[in-house]
Amino acid sequence: MIIVISVCKEKLHELEFVKPIIDIVKSCKVVHYSKLKNKDLFDAEKVIICGTSLKDNEFLKYLDKFSWLKIFDKPVLGICAGMQIIGLVFGGKLKQKKEIGYFKENLNGFFGLNEVEVYHLHGNYVEFTKEFRVYNKGIPQAVSYGNIYGVLFHPEVRQKKLIKRFIYHKYPTALRWGS
Amino acid sequence: MKLGVLFSGGKDSTYAAYLASQNNELVCLITLHSKNLYSYMFHTPSISKTKLQAEVMNLPLIEVNTKGEKEKELDDLKRAIIEAKNKYKIEGIVTGAVESVYQATRIQNICDELDLEVFNPLWQKDQIELLNDLIKHKFEVIIVAVAAEGFDTSWLGRKIDVNMIEELFKLNKKYGINPAFEGGEAESFVLNCPLFKKRLKVVNKRIIDDRIEVELE
Repeated sequence: MIIVISVCKEKLHELEFVKPIIDIVKSCKVVHYSKLKNKDLFDAEKVIICGTSLKDNEFLKYLDKFSWLKIFDKPVLGICAGMQIIGLVFGGKLKQKKEIGYFKENLNGFFGLNEVEVYHLHGNYVEFTKEFRVYNKGIPQAVSYGNIYGVLFHPEVRQKKLIKRFIYHKYPTALRWGS
Repeated sequence: MKLGVLFSGGKDSTYAAYLASQNNELVCLITLHSKNLYSYMFHTPSISKTKLQAEVMNLPLIEVNTKGEKEKELDDLKRAIIEAKNKYKIEGIVTGAVESVYQATRIQNICDELDLEVFNPLWQKDQIELLNDLIKHKFEVIIVAVAAEGFDTSWLGRKIDVNMIEELFKLNKKYGINPAFEGGEAESFVLNCPLFKKRLKVVNKRIIDDRIEVELE
C-alpha cells in the first residue's frame, strides 16, 4: 500500500495539494502527519509526503513527527514541504527563497527528467547535508539519499510522470531512467 | 477562516465557493468586470449577473471594473482584494483555477503581497470528475458562450447534465477540447446550487453571435 501523508494545516488545502497526488497514485491510504501511526508505516510499500500552501509552515513546528524517516527503509518521496521535512530531519538548514510559477530546471536525469519546466510554489528551501545527492545546480530542486527522494517543485503539475515512475517501479532508483 | 471568493458566476468559481464553505466562512464575493472579451485572467460573459447570484447567496459583492489589459488588470484585481481585506477582514482568497498556472501564479503573488492565504480547491481536478461533481451536488449550470470547434449556437442555454457530459467526452476525443472548458472553449453560468437560497430563473434569452444574453429573476 502507498501511504500519502498530508502536511496541510487547513483541510481545504488538501484538495489542492493532496488530492492531485491521490489522483495519480489511485490506490493509497491518506493520513495527516499528526495522525500517522507506526502500523501505517509498517504496512506501507512506499510513502509520499505532500506539499502545502505558500503561507502554511505549521509542519515546521512538528518535525519530531517525522523522525521515523531516519530508520525507514522503504522508498519515500517528499514534495515541496515534504522535501523540506526530509532535509531538516537529516540536519539540513532552512533557507528562504520565494519562487512561484513555471521555471526551467535541469534535473540531470532525476527520474528521467532533464531540461524541464516545473511548477514552483515555495517560500523556503533546504540546504541539504552532504550525504544527499543534489541533481541540479542552484538551490536543491531534486535530491536523493538511499531510499529517500525529494523535489522542491510540484510534479503533480506538468511532471506527473515523476510520481508515476516513483509509484509503479518496485524499486525506484532516481537515475535508472536514463536521459 | 474568513474567505473571499474570486467569483465569475460560472461553474468553477461557484463550485470552489461551495467546497470552501464546508469548513470555512464565506464573507464576500469579488467580481472583476473586464472590457476585454479575451482577458487572460477574467471570465466575461454574464459577469454582470453575478450581482443576482450574490443576492441569492446572501453575500456582499465587491465589483471592480478593468480594461482587461494583460498584466495591468492585475492592479485592478489587487485593488479589489485589498477592498475585501479592509472591508470584510478576509484571511484568504478562493479561486476556481483548475489548470491555469498563468492565473494561479498571479493570484498567488498578489495574495502573498497582501499576506493572504490562497485556496484553489479544484486544482488539477479531472475535468469529467468536475462535471459529474456538479451534477452530484445539484448544480444547475447553463452554457452562455461557445468558442471552439465542435460547439455551435445550439449549445447556448443548455444545462450541463449527464447527456452533455457524454457529448463533451466525445468532443474531447474528437477535437481534444477540454471538457470542462478550461481552455475557454465555452463559458457557463450557475442558476442554482446548494449555496443559493433561491433558484435563478431565465425569463428571457437572446443569442448574440456565439453568446447568449439571459434575463433572470
